[in-house]
Amino acid sequence: MTITIDGPIPRPGRPSAPGAAAHPPGGEPQYPQSSGPDGLERLKQAWAKPRRFAIFKEMNNNHIGVLYIATGFLFLLGAGALSLLMRIQLAWPGLTFIDAARYNQFFTMHGTAMMFLFAVPIVEAVAVLLLPAMLGTRDMPFPRLSALGYWAYALGGTLVFSSLFFSIAPDGGWFMYPPLTGPEFSPGVNTEVWLLGLGFVELAAIAAAVELIVGILKTRAPGMTLGRMPIFAWYMLVTAGMIMIGMPAVIVADILLELERSFGMPFYDAARGGDPLLWQHLFWLFGHPEVYIIFLPAAGFVSMMLPSFARTKLVGYTWLAIAAVSVGFLSFGLWVHHMYSTGLPLLSLAFFSAASSAIAIPMGIQVFAWIATLWDGKPVLRVPMLFILGFLFIFTIGGLTGIMVAAVPYDWQVHDTYFVVAHFHYVLIGGMLFPLFAAFYYWMPVVSGRMLSERLGRWAFWLMFIGFNGAFLPMHVTGLRGMPRRIYTYAGDLGLNTLNMVTSVFSFVFAAGVLVFAWDAVRHWRTGPEAGSNPWDAPSLEWQSGNKSYGFRSIVPVTSRYPLWDQPDFADDEMAGRGYLPDAPTREREALITGPITGEPEQLMRMPGPDWVAFLASLFSAVALAAVTLQFGPVAAVFGVLAVLAFGKWLWSLDPEKPRGLVDAGRGTALPAYSNNSSSVGWWGMMVVLISDAAVIVSLAFAYLFLWTARPMTWPPDGSALPTFEGVAPIGFSVILAYALFLWAERLIRADLRGATAIALVGVALLAVLALWLGWGWFRDLGIDHTATSYGAAVTALLGYMGLHLAGGAFMAMWCVVRLGLGMMDAWRSLTLRVCLLWWHVAAPGAIAVLILVAGFPHVTG
Amino acid sequence: MRADRRAGAAALALLLAGCDGPQSSLDPGGPAADSIHTLGTIMYVGAAAVTLLVTVLMLVPFLRRRERPVRRNLFLWGGGVVLPSVTLLFLVPYVMNVGHGMRDVAPTRVSVDVTGHMFWWDVAYRRVDGLSGPARTANEMRIPAGEPVELFLHAADVIHSFWVPSLAGKTDMIPGRVNRMVIEADQPGIYRGACAEYCGLQHSMMRVDVIAMPRAEFDAWFAGLDDPAPSPATDELRAGRDLYADLGCGACHEVRGVSQGRAGPDLTEIGVRQSIGAGALPGGVGNIAGWIASAQHIKPGNAMPSYHQLQGPQLRALAAYMESLR
Repeated sequence: MTITIDGPIPRPGRPSAPGAAAHPPGGEPQYPQSSGPDGLERLKQAWAKPRRFAIFKEMNNNHIGVLYIATGFLFLLGAGALSLLMRIQLAWPGLTFIDAARYNQFFTMHGTAMMFLFAVPIVEAVAVLLLPAMLGTRDMPFPRLSALGYWAYALGGTLVFSSLFFSIAPDGGWFMYPPLTGPEFSPGVNTEVWLLGLGFVELAAIAAAVELIVGILKTRAPGMTLGRMPIFAWYMLVTAGMIMIGMPAVIVADILLELERSFGMPFYDAARGGDPLLWQHLFWLFGHPEVYIIFLPAAGFVSMMLPSFARTKLVGYTWLAIAAVSVGFLSFGLWVHHMYSTGLPLLSLAFFSAASSAIAIPMGIQVFAWIATLWDGKPVLRVPMLFILGFLFIFTIGGLTGIMVAAVPYDWQVHDTYFVVAHFHYVLIGGMLFPLFAAFYYWMPVVSGRMLSERLGRWAFWLMFIGFNGAFLPMHVTGLRGMPRRIYTYAGDLGLNTLNMVTSVFSFVFAAGVLVFAWDAVRHWRTGPEAGSNPWDAPSLEWQSGNKSYGFRSIVPVTSRYPLWDQPDFADDEMAGRGYLPDAPTREREALITGPITGEPEQLMRMPGPDWVAFLASLFSAVALAAVTLQFGPVAAVFGVLAVLAFGKWLWSLDPEKPRGLVDAGRGTALPAYSNNSSSVGWWGMMVVLISDAAVIVSLAFAYLFLWTARPMTWPPDGSALPTFEGVAPIGFSVILAYALFLWAERLIRADLRGATAIALVGVALLAVLALWLGWGWFRDLGIDHTATSYGAAVTALLGYMGLHLAGGAFMAMWCVVRLGLGMMDAWRSLTLRVCLLWWHVAAPGAIAVLILVAGFPHVTG
Repeated sequence: MRADRRAGAAALALLLAGCDGPQSSLDPGGPAADSIHTLGTIMYVGAAAVTLLVTVLMLVPFLRRRERPVRRNLFLWGGGVVLPSVTLLFLVPYVMNVGHGMRDVAPTRVSVDVTGHMFWWDVAYRRVDGLSGPARTANEMRIPAGEPVELFLHAADVIHSFWVPSLAGKTDMIPGRVNRMVIEADQPGIYRGACAEYCGLQHSMMRVDVIAMPRAEFDAWFAGLDDPAPSPATDELRAGRDLYADLGCGACHEVRGVSQGRAGPDLTEIGVRQSIGAGALPGGVGNIAGWIASAQHIKPGNAMPSYHQLQGPQLRALAAYMESLR
């Protein structure tokens, strides 16, 4: 991307705001900003949607956010329809409305779609839509990544869901326990649909999480310190962090199962030293945090809405932020409570039982902080508030039954029964769906400019509330009377007939409530009353930005947690262009980068505009993926290449030429338009991705150690030679040398010694290739068979993953060399090199650690 | 709100409508299920109280006339910290104590290896002498009432879970692992159970019956496990036995003294079983015939083929022979 300027650059007088930083010496800043009507005109031009194919090309987060939410809602309706069909089947004992095979596909898809295609994406979507405005920025830093994530999710999700229509839908349950899902008992393509399709969707979730983390930390309005962030941003920061750490565990579980299915590597096959429990550990290591990944954003919605209806500030802002963070931490220590009945020793169960119960404390703090907020103010009962009250009631019950199932012996009784089904629907529908509907009613005007109907909203609420409790409260008893989960029919003499009939009838009442909302949502675009700028008299910034594509006319510094209540001039300053960035002098999209703690302006960021690349990269990848799933080799190859080309074009366009001097940011402030170090968003983005990558490495190492301890008898000697430190020393030495050389190259580029940098980087690539070649020879000489035992499979997977890192590291070094050769890198423009160095910060120590583990652990255990 | 209260009342009525049903954890028939039920009852009462407290607290601000200054710390510390902490401080040790009570049981006189298959249960009693092989049955387990019985749980293919709610909680059966649990029935009777871990197409039809008998009756029954199946006494039964042999039923099934197949359930006592096909049909000669003719129609995907090519008299003879095995 280069800077193109149409026509002369206007130079109107700048407003002089009190306290604005003076221009540093060294001349006038480039591209001066105007707060007049000409500035507004350029701003509108820069953020205008493209005239044609806007839906595919636009990558503004408030465009992507709306698509994201709409798609998520469609999956809610689809997965909900499946549950109604299942409820018809279960209304009477012994029905054959749906046969066993189809029923199993339905309940698998119901859970899978609700979790992966509805709940997680839609809470991320609401955040993607609202957070830029709440944070007071025009957009978050990676709109193209958001677009990529959205399209990957929409296409991958459609692929997975539509498998139902071809009767090749996954049927192993949303938890996909092997060996039932292994090659022997599920040879069909159904399981691949789940593993590959959802793997794709999980990557999309990670993409959105990267955007949210870096956006929250780096693009807040000036003056918005961490302590002044809207509480929703705290919740989303924790949620996105949990996605980055939790999702890799399930992706690793997915990959290992796919390796077992496709290449016969026995990770879960007990006959060859694998262990089905490995899947359960990895899956729930993600799967439990998943519950809080869904709940925390919803708690954030509630915390944002309550002040508007209670007419007072939130009680216990700091308490809530701390509670959110501690829930995030605790949630990674609870996964075993899904495995109480697997026969683990009671001592370790005691630990997880105590930790599971302890989460009641941060949850209690949140509930009572919300209640205290109501007590503190003069609450008004509007539709969103009704949904919040419904949430508090239902979620409290879900939380309390959660304490029951955390009690180990009690769980032995109710685990995998309808009691648990009732419990987690109370938690998820109460804890997430009711707040989400409150959020729909509350924030709809931000998108449409119109209000939803208060009357229909009350209908929707009462139908949903009565339908929900009527359906799910009896279900607790159904479970206690002995009805296991996931059965397509039941005997008529178990005392379950009336209970099931009641549940089925009320489930339709609940569905009617959802449909009332859906109808209102469609209808209100034409007939809903105009909302005005701040219909709820809310304190947060999204009500100031409205639904303008550029968000704010200008970015006004924030001095309070409740700017629209505490800063009476905020609206006037914003509209009059007295804040930062009242203009888009280059007609490119711009946003402010601010410090992660204090919110001081650091940099002016030029953002990508509308483009095909994100959509095409997703489309090609999705088609390639579908072809792999259905085993159409040539199609997969062609679209795989196309996808690589699309991603290549994208990566090449990163780190573009930027103005080298300071540029005007408005308010008499001049900022750099480029950063080549840790204050740039690119650096932060890579950091966050690498945290996920490190989580993958840790998960693989966990798999190795777990299989070893679970199946000591099948571990070496398995016919292969024992790895030794002497054997891995040359490999490790090459890696260390390559890493050191890359560090040195960073020094060289700082001194602008471009030729020497290029030579050093070529050295890096050669050493990395040498390490790979040595590693391959060493591995082959050990004689490890990756299909014979879980030892061979685990070692192969670990070494293979680190081998990919080294190959990636070599590629990156050569990428930098090419850009150096083309004059696209120098001492100033060197972000690419530093981002690649970040990769090496993980790849090299990771590779060394893995080598030490593989060579050393067999000797430790003897 | 009134409609909601009505829904609540309806649900409560359902709850109180009796804890009957042969597979109910609310009708405990053994010490383990009993202590879990007691634990549950305590927690239901506590949960109802907390729900009531939260509901009242959240509605008061909408109903009161005047506002009074709120004591935030009372909410945050009292409701958020003290209430859950104190509750858990008492609950967690009590819960773990209940758990230990179930896992720590003195050595038992009867030990059974139970193996989960897709979609039936193999039951093998360990013999005290350890010399002869185990005594087998399937889909049904007889135990002496009033004493603990030790189960060793195995899986033949995928993960299953052994669960008889009125006796005890469930324990998973995992390939490559052997789990142990103890069950005990206070009174003689039939306690029904089911597979509780999703195990594939017919997970829904994987019933198990635990039949508790007085010790003396159990001993007599157990001694009978050494005897071969009774020889057919009539022509029809003999024809049935010949069909059993000719059709190759014995390749998969064991009938003591007749065949040794292990791929399917032992049929030595099929004539007195509570159910056919692990819950697919009630026991009895007619259902046995129906099962033989159309097992794939009744329980699609199970390993038993449908013998729909059999003529009426053949089917009757085979079913009659099966029914005579008791």
